[in-house]
Amino acid sequence: MGKQRLQQLFQQKKGNLLSIYLTAGYPRKDAMPLLIKTLADKGVDFIEAGMPYSDPLADGPTIQHSSSVALQNGMNLSLYFKQIAQIRQEVDLPVLFMGYFNQVLRTGIDRFLQQCETAGIDGLIIPDLSPEIYQAHYQKIFKKYDLSLIFLISPTTSNERIKMIDNLSSGFIYVVSSSATTGKSGRFEEEHLQYFEKIRQMSLKNPAMIGFGIDSAEKYQTACRYAHGAIIGSAFIKALSSNDYLKSAGMFVEKIR
Amino acid sequence: MKYEVDQLGFYGRYGGAFIPELLHKNIAELQEKYLEIIESPGFQRQFNQLLCDYAGRPSPLYFAKRLSEKYQTKIYLKREDLNHTGSHKINNTIGQILLAKHLGKTRIIAETGAGQHGVATATVAALAGLECVVYMGEKDIERQAPNVARMKMLGATVKPAKSGSKTLKDATNEAIRDWINHPQDTYYIIGSVVGPHPYPDMVARFQSVISEEMMQQLAAQTGRDYPDRIIACIGGGSNAAGAYYHFLDNDAVELVSVEAGGLGIDSGHSAATGVLGTDGIIHASLTKLMQDNDGQIIEPYSISAGLDYPGIGPLHAHLISTGRTKVLTATDDEAVKAGFELTRLEGIIPALESAHALAALPKINFKPGEITVVNLSGRGDKDLATYLKYLKD
Repeated sequence: MGKQRLQQLFQQKKGNLLSIYLTAGYPRKDAMPLLIKTLADKGVDFIEAGMPYSDPLADGPTIQHSSSVALQNGMNLSLYFKQIAQIRQEVDLPVLFMGYFNQVLRTGIDRFLQQCETAGIDGLIIPDLSPEIYQAHYQKIFKKYDLSLIFLISPTTSNERIKMIDNLSSGFIYVVSSSATTGKSGRFEEEHLQYFEKIRQMSLKNPAMIGFGIDSAEKYQTACRYAHGAIIGSAFIKALSSNDYLKSAGMFVEKIR
Repeated sequence: MKYEVDQLGFYGRYGGAFIPELLHKNIAELQEKYLEIIESPGFQRQFNQLLCDYAGRPSPLYFAKRLSEKYQTKIYLKREDLNHTGSHKINNTIGQILLAKHLGKTRIIAETGAGQHGVATATVAALAGLECVVYMGEKDIERQAPNVARMKMLGATVKPAKSGSKTLKDATNEAIRDWINHPQDTYYIIGSVVGPHPYPDMVARFQSVISEEMMQQLAAQTGRDYPDRIIACIGGGSNAAGAYYHFLDNDAVELVSVEAGGLGIDSGHSAATGVLGTDGIIHASLTKLMQDNDGQIIEPYSISAGLDYPGIGPLHAHLISTGRTKVLTATDDEAVKAGFELTRLEGIIPALESAHALAALPKINFKPGEITVVNLSGRGDKDLATYLKYLKD
């Protein structure tokens, strides 16, 4: 399915999309398939399945912690793909790989992308793959596969650059809400709203999803006024800390929606 | 020069800037402006004057007579330990603080391992009157207490990095995250030839004063402006990059990089990246690093906080892969022994980092009449507690 599954989603549903980020292997080694199933049942539109990384540079304390616990729990790439392939039999919502470029590079780009396709992954979000280096060195390889590649833009990204990144992206464009690592809370201020409005008015070729720091129903709804939807990560991970993580996951989605 | 970076910051296949978009504006600004700024006559004048009047350069090139007798060769020490703040790190921080001022930044951040770069950064931040935050691994804060105290006295805030191995790697992660969270006012002074382009090239240029002086001093003292061999320790590799810089294209000079062998390179407790590393990305640079098959970074170990790093600068990865440099390793014990040897033969207490370079001496077959320069990158005051512990044992 690959690119098509994500495209269809954005064609069928014009707004209020909710995407949830989870860390594979957190809070338990076998949690990911169960969580994806629960989230799908609760009407979450697509999943960012984070492969934990030892050195997650763009992440704040919450995802650093979940990543480190997940690695201690024994999460690794082969188990990750196995769990994705397993849950792919049961759910039809798009599932994206989220991780760091070293994980792709170390496996071998071709081999990694093949494994993504085989497991039923629809696209990739790799925050430390810069558009320039991608174009110069890796675009040809990525193009061979039926996988969306989602790039990020931030409040410091110039308009010209936003257009360039929009052209490189497929699936959607990831609008980072503020200049911060993941999980930084706080209200949306006027400057954030102006930035979202600017993106909205640019009429990009890709749909836009706003992420980073979305931790309440109010912020989710605000984001949905300016973009096709929003992505929640750290706040979801934090909500999982109780014993019955599946129940808390379901309740979290109900609270946001 | 055969060993320069290309447009995207690659030395051969190593280097680049694998950064999250959140850092793009800051990095792009540096990439676009660094050469123009640091090559301008005004900048060069200020830089050279501070190196001379403030840092105490040129650092001496000292013929180590008794050490030479022991190894039956000619060994010179490039005395970076005599610089203000006690190591070569000040060469780079003077350069970068001038650059930060030029760019109008008001807040300085840095990472540090042994604390030498932290002290050198806190020093120039005080000199420039700028706020300074230094990230340091929690483990390193414990084992390099004198430098922590110095940073605090200089007015810097020392923030502990509590993730991972709680050493230099984690301090660098925290500094990068701080920069993501403060993109407007903050300048990140990286302490080694690591990180995203243009840092590896920029830091190498600031440190290249070491080899520039070496050429003049060798010419004056030996009648020839290059040695047969240069030995330097590498963690990230800034002192080595500086000591090699002007000799990189001169194949008559053998370049020997000494890495931290920790408890032995097969022990699973070392920081010997050049030997054990494979290609991958660390701190936004494609280089050699110690990692598992999934690309998870392996936590390094060394007695020396300055070498306790699972990567190396991309220039060094390139020099190793092309065979331009030769890599040796020294274990904790070998380094401490070499530190005592220099102390007793020459009356110089080296930093544990530099002691690794000295530990290569027994492993080299010197030809008579050869000239070897050991880059003595720092002084050992900060390491006395560790040295004394060995003396007791």
